[in-house]
Amino acid sequence: MADYKPNEMMIIAAARALKNDDVCFVGIGMPSAAANLARLIHAPDIVLIYESGTLGTKPDILPLSIGDGELCETALTTVSVPEMFRYWLQGGRIKVGFLGGAQIDKYANLNTTVVGPYDKPKVRLPGGGGAPEIATSCGEIFIIMAQSKRSFVDKLDFVTSIGHVAGGDSREKLGVKTKGPTRLITDLALFEPDPETKEMTVVSIHPGVTREQIQENTGWPVRFASRTAQTPPPTVEELEVLRDLQARTNRAHAAA
Amino acid sequence: MAQISSLAEAIAATVHDGDTVALEGFTHLIPHAAGHEIIRQGRKHLTLIRMTPDLVYDQLIGMGCADKLVFSWGGNPGVGSLHRFRDAVENGWPNPLAIEEHSHAAMANAYEAGAAGLPCAIFRGYIGVDLPRVNPKIKKITCPFTGEELVAVPAHRPDVAVIHAQRADRAGNVMIEGVLGVQKEAVLAAKRSVVTVEEIVDELPQRSFNAVVLPHWTVGYIAEVPGGAYPSYAQGYYPRTNSFYRQWDEISRNRDTFLAWMKENVLGKGPEVFAELVRKFRTAAE
Repeated sequence: MADYKPNEMMIIAAARALKNDDVCFVGIGMPSAAANLARLIHAPDIVLIYESGTLGTKPDILPLSIGDGELCETALTTVSVPEMFRYWLQGGRIKVGFLGGAQIDKYANLNTTVVGPYDKPKVRLPGGGGAPEIATSCGEIFIIMAQSKRSFVDKLDFVTSIGHVAGGDSREKLGVKTKGPTRLITDLALFEPDPETKEMTVVSIHPGVTREQIQENTGWPVRFASRTAQTPPPTVEELEVLRDLQARTNRAHAAA
Repeated sequence: MAQISSLAEAIAATVHDGDTVALEGFTHLIPHAAGHEIIRQGRKHLTLIRMTPDLVYDQLIGMGCADKLVFSWGGNPGVGSLHRFRDAVENGWPNPLAIEEHSHAAMANAYEAGAAGLPCAIFRGYIGVDLPRVNPKIKKITCPFTGEELVAVPAHRPDVAVIHAQRADRAGNVMIEGVLGVQKEAVLAAKRSVVTVEEIVDELPQRSFNAVVLPHWTVGYIAEVPGGAYPSYAQGYYPRTNSFYRQWDEISRNRDTFLAWMKENVLGKGPEVFAELVRKFRTAAE
C-alpha cells in the first residue's frame, strides 16, 4: 500500500460515503474534493450542486471559489441564487449537504461565525453563508473536518448551524424533519450519531490511528461504538485519482 | 431610462454619502472598477449590502467608506479571511463597522422581496441557530394557513445597486450570462442603479429566449468598462485571476501595505487600467 496523508484518508473516506444516485450540495474546499472524487471513481451520475446556482456540474478541476466559471461551463444548467435557495434547497430537492466549520461540538452543531463573544470577537470568521439552511433543508448532512482540540470543542462560541442540537429528540422538537448530520468524517476516524442520544460516536478508526490520538484531539470525552471498525486504507486508484485531480487543480490555479 | 455615461459620472450622480449601496456579484461579475470609483470619489458613511463581501468590500471598508455592512459570508473565497473587514470588526480600524449579519437564504430572499415590491421576505430558516439572538431584524412569523412558524427579514431596498455585466446595447438593455447571483434582483430592488459592462454593442448577440436581460427602462446608468470585474471574471471574456485573490491575502494583512497598494493602484488611477489588466485573457466576444 502506498503512503498517504491523513488529509487524503479523510477526503477519500468522505468520497466513499457518497452514492451514485445522490444529489449533493457541495461547499468549497474538502467537500468539493470529496464530492468530485466520488464522481470520478464510483459515482459517475452523482448530481453536484454549488450554491452559486450550478446544477449537475462536472468540473475537471476543483474550483477555488464557489462560483468559478468551470462550474457553470460544465453544469446542466445554472439558476439564480434566489432560485437556488428557494426552490432547490428550501424546496427539499437536495439529498445530501456537505458542511465543515471552524468549531464543532459533540452533537455536530457548527460554528463558522466568531471565536469569542459576538460583539467583541477574538477572531471574526467569514460567517454562515448557506449553512444555517443547508443544515436543516438537506435530507442529511455529512461533515468533513480535521480534528484538533481547538476545533472539536465542548461548547461552541456561536451556533451557526445546527446538528443534533442538545441531543435526543431536541432537533425534531424544533420542527426539523430532516436527519441532520449522519456522518462526521475526520482525518482520524468516522463518527455517526448514537441512535438514542445523537452524540457523535466513533464507528470506524483510520489505519494506524489510536483511540488515545482521537481523544487527545477532541475537547469532550469521546464515545466509541461497542464495536469499531478499521477504515479500509485508500486504494491505489483512489489515491491516484485524488492526486491527479489536485495536481491539475493546482496547475490551473497557479496559471490564472 | 438608461443613460450611457462615464463611470465617474455614473457614480457621482448615484452614490452619495450615507447611502445604502449594494455592489453585487456572486464570485462572477463583481463590479471592482465601480468599487474603486466610489473609493476615489471619497464616499463616506455608506451602508454596504452584499451576500459575499470579498476583496472590493475589503477595500471599501479599509478605506473608511463604510459605517455598516449587511452580509452573509465575508471571506476571501478559497483563500481565507478578509483582513480589512476583520480589522474593522475586531479593532475598529479605520473606523468601527456595524454589522447586520444574515444567512445566504435570508439575503437572497430579501433581494427578491425588494424586487417584488414587498416589505419583507418570508422563508423557512434560522432554525435553532444564534443569529436571531444578535440580529433583531430576524423575526418569527406564523403561516396563517398552516400555523407553521417561519422567519421574516426586511426586504432589501438599497438606494443604489451597482453591478457588472457582459454587454449592453446602445438603448441600455443589459444582458447577463453565466453565474447570475442576485444582480437582477438587486437592480430591480434599488432606487438607482449603475451597470458597468465589458462592451456596449449595436445589437445584443444571438441569445436564448430566456436570456437574462435587464430592459433599458429598469436601469439607471451604464458605463463601458472593459475588464471592470477583474480580478473576478466575466464569462466569455476573461477567467478569474485566482492568483490575485491569493496575493490579496498578503497585501491586505498589514495596514501600511494595504494603504500603499490602494494609493498606487486605485487612488491615482482610473477605470481604464482594468482593460490592461485583462488584456492577456480577453477573447473577442464575437
